[in-house]
Amino acid sequence: MGILEVKGVNKRFGGLQALGDVNLSVRENTVHAIIGPNGAGKSTLLNCLVGKLIPDTGSVMFDGQSVLGRQPHEINQMGISRVFQTPEIFGDLTVMENMMIPIFAKRDGAFRMHAVGNMMSEKGIVEAAEKMLVDMNMADKRDMHTASMSRGDKRRLEIGMCLAQEPKLLLLDEPTAGMARADTNNTIDLLKQIKEERDITIAIIEHDMHVVFSLADRITVLAQGTPLVEDDPQNIKGNPKVREAYLGETA
Amino acid sequence: MLGLNKKDTTLLLVVAILTLCAPFILNPFPEGSALAQFNAGYPDLMQRFVIFGIFAIGFNILFGLTGYLSFGHAAFLGVGSYSAVWMFKLLSMNVIPAIILSMIVSGLFAVVIGFVSLRRSGIYFSILTLAFAQMSFNLAYSVLTPITNGETGLQLTLNDPRILGMSATADGSIPVTSLFGLEMRSTYQMEVGAWLFQFNAGYYLCAAIMLLAFYLAIRIFRSPFGMMLRAVKSNQQRMRYTGLNPRPYTLAAFVISGMYAGLAGGLMASMDPLAGAERMQWTASGEVVLMTILGGAGTLIGPVLGAGFIKYFENIFSKINDNVLHSWFSFLPDGLEDFIVTIVHPFIGKGWHLTLGILFMLVVIFLPGGLVEGGQRIARLFRGKKTANTSKTKTEPAE
Repeated sequence: MGILEVKGVNKRFGGLQALGDVNLSVRENTVHAIIGPNGAGKSTLLNCLVGKLIPDTGSVMFDGQSVLGRQPHEINQMGISRVFQTPEIFGDLTVMENMMIPIFAKRDGAFRMHAVGNMMSEKGIVEAAEKMLVDMNMADKRDMHTASMSRGDKRRLEIGMCLAQEPKLLLLDEPTAGMARADTNNTIDLLKQIKEERDITIAIIEHDMHVVFSLADRITVLAQGTPLVEDDPQNIKGNPKVREAYLGETA
Repeated sequence: MLGLNKKDTTLLLVVAILTLCAPFILNPFPEGSALAQFNAGYPDLMQRFVIFGIFAIGFNILFGLTGYLSFGHAAFLGVGSYSAVWMFKLLSMNVIPAIILSMIVSGLFAVVIGFVSLRRSGIYFSILTLAFAQMSFNLAYSVLTPITNGETGLQLTLNDPRILGMSATADGSIPVTSLFGLEMRSTYQMEVGAWLFQFNAGYYLCAAIMLLAFYLAIRIFRSPFGMMLRAVKSNQQRMRYTGLNPRPYTLAAFVISGMYAGLAGGLMASMDPLAGAERMQWTASGEVVLMTILGGAGTLIGPVLGAGFIKYFENIFSKINDNVLHSWFSFLPDGLEDFIVTIVHPFIGKGWHLTLGILFMLVVIFLPGGLVEGGQRIARLFRGKKTANTSKTKTEPAE
């Protein structure tokens, strides 16, 4: 029984069957990659996991509880953190403030009226945020405004913000899309390090095979909204069905 | 001090000193001199400075921090005024219960309007608040006449019940507002040479409340709650996926700023116990937006500066008339004098809005951060010169 269990999920947009009978099981403390050609339904599936979309039928269970019908912030409080395709961070705030917000969210829940104390005198939160900045190798950027940072740094900060919440499951939506090779390799190294050092399950949607094969313990291939195969990386590479899905009919 | 860091404490102290010494500072020109009309140190105007300061500080908590541009904040000001006047009519002429009631009622009002309007963001939110405010205005003007006294406006009369107090004074006139017996209109006048300084009880009450409101706003800005509000402005998507619900945060900010507006309305009625529907009109809502943007949205001191600036212009510029212009330009030959007066005429008196509009445009285009940014640029200019001087002594590294 995995930490995330997707069973019989269907999602239809008008005449388009975006997801057809998707079953997926993500085991605890593994990196599970979901790959597939454009339009395979990877992003739709992800949006069904985080509360942005509600599947027409089927169930999504996380840690023994259904996530369906819950708001994104409620699902996050259950222990799922999401990293977006383009880094979503608080652009008007400093790096330190960006890092403090998830820690406040972890401690105080979805809403707390905390209007008179000074935020910098919250010792526990400040220390936790500073430690995470050191872990992410960003301590020197502490007081920088995030709008002026490079894409790689933004991605690093976003991942750090998600980790600061100590989630059970980290969802990554094409974390290296649009990145230069050097930034891609940095991100791979960072994710490898996270995988080794923390008790965390990672589900990753990715286009870049280099990223997938350097990280994944298990791979699901989606094609036209349906899972084609689920297997270990070495078996995926040689699978004729996968080749067909990516390259079309073989001659 | 008071849980603030050094910079904020200094700011608070500077504002405190300026407001307490305002009767001196705003009266720099001797009585009877040609420039005396630029004096702003009379009670009525000084009260308006600080009351609109409170209004703008509260508006800035919503607009400056969360970025939600409410175009209906005058509704809360009006509701606060009506509540206060009703308190004077029914309970007593003491201003404290009136101010408390005005904050409570406007707060409740803000909960209802905020709950509905905050379902949308951006321009739709602005339109919804505008619609609510205009609805309130029209209701106050017509349907709710029993409560608001329609177009005449709500006033005190000689037959008010006034449970804790008297309906009329011994000499048969309407009693005046007071703070435990200290009349709000009582003014101590001090003559120093040619200067006349006026110290008004009502002004000092308003100033004390504004300082308290300003202090609270600083605390909110520096608190975790304030950071969450800035997060709302910055990226709601990230906020939601970080386990935070933006809705109650924005509603809380909306209610707080509504209560600030209600407080301002209550104080207005405490200084002059009448309330009219025109206080809720959209022009009044627009005015506070102008004040906040002109001063610098999202900064602490900006809205106060903006409020003072606009109220000063409204009162001083609108008083200049053609006769005054003629006396200014009388040194010129007649034809030229008439010509210049004709040119300047549209910008003064009733045309002061034109001047305000031009100033507003200039500020928005050249100083998007408002007057505060202007101040910062000037400060940087001075500091820049200093650093430029010191860097000359250093050897420049080769390119």
